[in-house]
Amino acid sequence: MSYTYLDEIAIADVAFEARADTREGLFVEAGDALMNVMVEDLGSVRPLVRRDFHARAEDLERLLFEYLQEFIFFKDAEQLLLRVFEVAITQEGEKLGLTAEAAGERIDPRRHGLNADVKAVTLHRFRIRHEPEGWTATVVLDI
Amino acid sequence: MTVPRELTQISNAVWELPVSWKSGMRVPARFLGTRELIEHFDDGVFEQAANVATLPGIQKYSFCMPDGHWGYGFPIGGVAAFDPDEGVISPGGIGFDINCGMRLVTTNLTYGEVEPHLPRLVDRLFERIPSGVGGTGFVQLTEDGFLDVAEQGARWCLRNGYALPEDLELTEEQGCMEGADPAKVSHKAVQRGRNQIGTLGSGNHYLEVQVAKEENIFNPGLARAFGITMPDQIVVMYHCGSRGFGHQVATDYLHVLLDVMERVYGIRIIDRELACAPFRSPQGQDYFSAMKCAVNMSFANRQVILHRVREVFSEVFGKSPDELGIRQVYDVTHNTAKLEDHLIDGRRHRVLIHRKGSTRAFGPGMEGIPERYKAFGQPVIIGGSMETGSYLLAGVGSGESTFYSTAHGSGRVMSRHSARKKYQGKKLVRDMQFRGIYVRTASMRGLAEEAGGAYKDIDAVAGACELAGISTPVARLTPVGNIKG
Repeated sequence: MSYTYLDEIAIADVAFEARADTREGLFVEAGDALMNVMVEDLGSVRPLVRRDFHARAEDLERLLFEYLQEFIFFKDAEQLLLRVFEVAITQEGEKLGLTAEAAGERIDPRRHGLNADVKAVTLHRFRIRHEPEGWTATVVLDI
Repeated sequence: MTVPRELTQISNAVWELPVSWKSGMRVPARFLGTRELIEHFDDGVFEQAANVATLPGIQKYSFCMPDGHWGYGFPIGGVAAFDPDEGVISPGGIGFDINCGMRLVTTNLTYGEVEPHLPRLVDRLFERIPSGVGGTGFVQLTEDGFLDVAEQGARWCLRNGYALPEDLELTEEQGCMEGADPAKVSHKAVQRGRNQIGTLGSGNHYLEVQVAKEENIFNPGLARAFGITMPDQIVVMYHCGSRGFGHQVATDYLHVLLDVMERVYGIRIIDRELACAPFRSPQGQDYFSAMKCAVNMSFANRQVILHRVREVFSEVFGKSPDELGIRQVYDVTHNTAKLEDHLIDGRRHRVLIHRKGSTRAFGPGMEGIPERYKAFGQPVIIGGSMETGSYLLAGVGSGESTFYSTAHGSGRVMSRHSARKKYQGKKLVRDMQFRGIYVRTASMRGLAEEAGGAYKDIDAVAGACELAGISTPVARLTPVGNIKG
């Protein structure tokens, strides 16, 4: 697990820092970090249904934002808990494009240890850093 | 937590940061609260209230209420009025949960009558009013049907048998803001919200069965006027908003406005969450129309929940809702922007007032409050933590000093993570039960995050509202049953 929750950034909400060697890996970790706020044990989410994520954005930060929004969208629109294991990021002209296959299942309060609902991804201190040790993203979620 | 040295005390419960405190401030920032509450404000409150003071068209002061804490863009508890022609509209001044609000409902039952049935009552409320992650409601709607709700708010509920005419009369804006334009909301927003009417959500959203104990009635005259008429009367209070629909509207427009704020309108971005556009601009007007859709959906949400409350009480006590005296006291929104007329420097001005984590509190005689309350002032409902209790207050004439705005809740003092380390959900349920509060929750961990110790002292907040002259306490309401997302 390459993400940690940051305690003091957002007192009424939840902040996390995700880390990975590649930018694609960073997206996978950040997706899990978001879902793990809502579901205590990600291992309890079985890959029974699949959904495709597509996003386009002018930069990597905005792309991560759009990607994280997809998890929240499917949670509300179809009551799906989803995980992504592989992300592809490509240059599409001036923009960056993302495709990912998400897999998961419908929310079942009896089987999934549910925590707090995530309302929104915020732009507060939202940041991706690329350093010699790898990629890091800081994200604050509204609860 | 350090209070800025430049903060000066204006009166007992009013404090001010001058425009010199931060570059670009157009008006001073004012903080309402006792010395103790102010000293416990987090640093973000001062920074954020000062940031709000830099926005174009702001009138008089950038305010923060006694329950204020750090938020996104505006602080929670932030109030700011803008000139509609010169000023801006900002989603960060309204919050992600558009029209998050409170509703209070009375019954003619006493605690003695309800106590033997309390577990069954709370269990049934928990079953019939869904809460928690991804909770869906019983109202099945097509996308077009949902857009009707967004346009009509609680009026849709009246047409569909989920409301009494009196409920609408006793709801802020009568349950519907005019000018909601469904064409301004994204398809994603509709998809997120379509199945969520009649649901509480999670986090700090809840529904409580409460008791109005005789010793906690501070103003018997006002209590009577608002329907609290007998010792140990049972009331129901709940707190929820526009669910995924409002969250998506806010998220969509945060980006729309961020894109044009500096590039098109030359307003410097000091915090991305403080994205805004001139109120009269196409983007500002689009957001205002979309926001009203979320406001209306939220009024409908709380109305459908009232319908469920009536059904459950009827079932458990074997009488009709009318026989049980189930009557709405009032419904307030605490996350909105609205056009209102206020006196500024002796002249009447129309302003766009943002209240984020702040309740409108119109004083006696003012337009916009139900006829039956006109002589008394508008009821104000302030939700406390699930362990400590909540308040019913009333608006007062001196509320003019804050554009008739007051507190909305008790405000967090401990992070969610720290609360989870300190409290255990299951133990909390047992402890609360021992103290006479029966709890049902969709999430034990979520429950631990909402422990009473994670919040400010609600009595101190209500007391500060009185001291600051922005509302007056009517009754303190003690929880005996709680359902939580």
